[in-house]
Amino acid sequence: MALDSKVPKGPIADKWTNYKNHIDLVNPANKRNIDVIVVGTGLAGGSAAATLAELGYNVKAFAYQDSPRRAHSIAAQGGINAAKNYQGDGDSTYRLFYDTVKGGDYRAREANVYRLAEVSANIIDQCVAQGVPFARDYGGLLDNRSFGGVLVSRTFYAKGQTGQQLLLGAYSAMNRQIGRGKIQMYNRHEMMDVVLVDGKARGIITRNLVTGEIERHSAHAVVIATGGYGNVFFLSTNAMGSNVSASWKIHKKGAYFANPCYTQIHPTCIPVSGDHQSKLTLMSESLRNDGRIWVPAKLEDAQAIREGKKKPTDLSEEERDYYLERRYPAFGNLVPRDVASRAAKERCDAGFGVNATGEAVYLDFADAIKRYGREQALIHGDHNPSAEKVDKLGKEVVKAKYGNLFQMYDKIVDEDPYNTPMMIYPAVHYTMGGTWVDYNLMTTIPGCYCIGEANFSDHGANRLGASALMQGLADGYFVLPYTIGDYLSKDIRTGKISTDLPEFEEAEKSVKEQINFFVNNNGSKSVDHFHKRLGKIMWDKVGMARNAKGLTEAMTEIKALREEFWKDVKVPGSADTYNEELAKAGRVADFLELGELFAKDALVREESCGGHFREESAETEGPQEGEAKRDDVNFAFVSAWEYKGEPADAVLHKEQLEFNDIELKTRSYK
Amino acid sequence: MNLKLKIWRQNGANDAGKMVDYSISNVSPDMSFLEMLDVLNEQIINEGGEPVAFDHDCREGICGMCSLFINGEAHGPDRGITTCQLHMRKFKDGDTIYIEPFRAKAFPVIKDLVVDRGAFDRIQHQGGFISVNTSGNTQDANSLPISKHAADEAMDAATCIGCGACVATCKNSSAMLFVGAKVSQYALLPQGQVEAADRVRNMVAQMDAEGFGNCTNTGACEVECPKGISLDNIARMNRELFKTMI
Ligand SMILES: Cc1cc2nc3c(=O)[nH]c(=O)nc-3n(C[C@H](O)[C@H](O)[C@H](O)COP(=O)(O)OP(=O)(O)OC[C@H]3O[C@@H](n4cnc5c(N)ncnc54)[C@H](O)[C@@H]3O)c2cc1C
Ligand code: SF4
Ligand code: FES
Repeated sequence: MALDSKVPKGPIADKWTNYKNHIDLVNPANKRNIDVIVVGTGLAGGSAAATLAELGYNVKAFAYQDSPRRAHSIAAQGGINAAKNYQGDGDSTYRLFYDTVKGGDYRAREANVYRLAEVSANIIDQCVAQGVPFARDYGGLLDNRSFGGVLVSRTFYAKGQTGQQLLLGAYSAMNRQIGRGKIQMYNRHEMMDVVLVDGKARGIITRNLVTGEIERHSAHAVVIATGGYGNVFFLSTNAMGSNVSASWKIHKKGAYFANPCYTQIHPTCIPVSGDHQSKLTLMSESLRNDGRIWVPAKLEDAQAIREGKKKPTDLSEEERDYYLERRYPAFGNLVPRDVASRAAKERCDAGFGVNATGEAVYLDFADAIKRYGREQALIHGDHNPSAEKVDKLGKEVVKAKYGNLFQMYDKIVDEDPYNTPMMIYPAVHYTMGGTWVDYNLMTTIPGCYCIGEANFSDHGANRLGASALMQGLADGYFVLPYTIGDYLSKDIRTGKISTDLPEFEEAEKSVKEQINFFVNNNGSKSVDHFHKRLGKIMWDKVGMARNAKGLTEAMTEIKALREEFWKDVKVPGSADTYNEELAKAGRVADFLELGELFAKDALVREESCGGHFREESAETEGPQEGEAKRDDVNFAFVSAWEYKGEPADAVLHKEQLEFNDIELKTRSYK
Repeated sequence: MNLKLKIWRQNGANDAGKMVDYSISNVSPDMSFLEMLDVLNEQIINEGGEPVAFDHDCREGICGMCSLFINGEAHGPDRGITTCQLHMRKFKDGDTIYIEPFRAKAFPVIKDLVVDRGAFDRIQHQGGFISVNTSGNTQDANSLPISKHAADEAMDAATCIGCGACVATCKNSSAMLFVGAKVSQYALLPQGQVEAADRVRNMVAQMDAEGFGNCTNTGACEVECPKGISLDNIARMNRELFKTMI
């Protein structure tokens, strides 16, 4: 099958409007006869479910948590971008579009990104109307801050809990529709498979996680909004239940999987402290607005700090290496995430790490506290404040801005970040890859859509901060509701889809077989045992920097681990009750396949770009020495993998990327 | 550290349930409480038993999924945090720790330490929203200035994570802190005014229908709330409700 992105013709600025003017609509009376399944109720799924119900479709929504309000989107801390130009600092749709394409290292689809930038301003209006309490300034207007990779202040935020507030907004819109009976919400339900009838997505098989019941649900279209797959690394900033299963199940039935190797490693996470660790905690990137990142300039100081003989506060300004400010003077501490992450790894690999394991750098607020303190003293009319007063006032400002993050750090590390610099290290965070979708957000399975982090479309090889929330809500509130209507307009005479069709029967049977296998396998090792081993292979060989040798080894090792898993996994308990181990087993089984495809994709891509750094492809000279080297001649494409059984046998399809409105340039943040 | 654990095991809503003793060794003070339970579960699985069921997801104090009554306190001995943010350094070598589910009539036990907090959702279905179309045809966000103070206060109320600690810790199993927080968020914002009367009436009616008790101003909820939601929100909810009666 040739990949058709279905990008509309015409100038980029008019594409979306023209498209909307020419698609087929479904009349309100007919919408009542059409069912849509939405799997996942995070920002993407929640906003989509609410909007589709609002439009009049019958929506069935599914989530594995006990309430839509707990979807992983809740954890997003920093903020959401929108080209509002409230600050008058030169922002525009074009600039947001440009920053996002450049930030993604020119591996995103132009038309999608432009549309995202175009609808971004609408998102803020929508959320404010829903009662999302964004930060305000003293004049009562919305406040902004800036994020990595950009030079304007376009990020809207609600303290360090922006994701929470946006999700509660979408959740409230869902509540309204649930109350009216337009959305049927299935909490604690996991999608186990998709059902195709005549090649079209017509339903799903689910497992009720409380009773173990296997259920059939039919609809005219299926929307997958199940988030990212960072948990393939075991340790990540994702929620414990985040998984790839729904995406993987549709992949196995014909949806192409795009760019699996593009993983964002976030630079500001709390470092690993030991083997017991179950997850890594992100410290919002907004901290980089005020925090300065450094390591000791001298190896012996780094060593003394690691051994506890020196404290960071013992080192003078000259004894510190503010390596981001040194290497990237234009962007300094605000370089994009991939750049900041690699720079931290580079310093730690060179022996300058500051925690016991040598895998941490400092994020220091001392200067910010002084700067804010002096400013506050002036505002209070004190032109000659004492050092203590400056310190106190400054800490108050920092507390108002980042208080909950500082508290979170203190709880985990048991150190007060107001008085000693935080330690941070990169961790797996966000996956830019995902199900391949066209401009309509439809996968290669007709009638099966994919939105939010689960698809691949808008971020290219790297994602700038505050743009995932934007994409999730743009997809759910403003894009999918139009594009799916065009598809459903052909279905107004179809009538209810029966769940007695043989396709449902068959899908249910294979789901039950897998479950029975797990509970009867009587192996000797727990599910987590395999997940941790997979995570280690992924981090060591498919992590922040990759090379052909490591990737080839990883593919073999993952395959062997998968075989061992199917022989030796032990799943206690039964199939017909609440059984967390059983649910995990299914998820890890899918990760064990995805992991191998992930390595294969990374192996094929013999260039460095964004979240994919191939050691063989680095600049060897000139001002960019040591930086990632992209290869636009050979690799300006999206890799879309077709399932053929074993992940190693997957077939590569290329969607050639066209850049008509942005010139491909070396990405420099110097 | 070596610890003794006394954990509530219950097979389902209709099972009687009982406390079961476990012991665990080599607990590091840097572990979170849930990581300690992970280690215990690994141990139980390896010994051929069934692991202890407990709810959790984000493990960073924001999703509201984790629960647990630890030594008689919701979310354990520390203040202002959820169970996933509780670290083992709060305990001593040789301690005995009691672990129970959040108990309340409106929160039936699903299994072991997992309870059903669906009642919170059902209250929200009755008015936990502003009736605005999601079409995006809304007015410009800055056309309605909101004072920083009001926005901050609404934000404080909106930080509730719906964990249910307030209910579990209240001797009347009252959900008023939770409902008060939601009512307050909208009561403080101009957008929420038009349907304020219906909202509070309907939400309070559903809260009663779910079997939550009444508030007797004990204040335990505020003490145990991981997000510092204050009793003022209950007062505001009551005021909003009285307003609908006059
Ligand atoms: C700690 C953290 C901080 C972040 N901060 C920011 C930020 O400041 N700004 C920003 O823009 N982005 C941020 N991000 C990224 C952003 O939060 C996510 O990319 C985004 O929220 C994903 O939304 P989603 O709707 O696609 O998926 P999710 O919110 O992950 O929702 C997934 C949904 O799918 C359901 N689900 C999953 N699998 C199944 C299944 N098999 N069956 C049934 N249901 C299933 C879940 O129950 C859930 O409802 C952050 C991410 C993290 C981890
Ligand atoms: S009010 Fe506090 S204790 Fe109650 S549900 Fe909300 S966050 Fe939890
Ligand atoms: S697991 Fe999310 S709040 Fe504890």
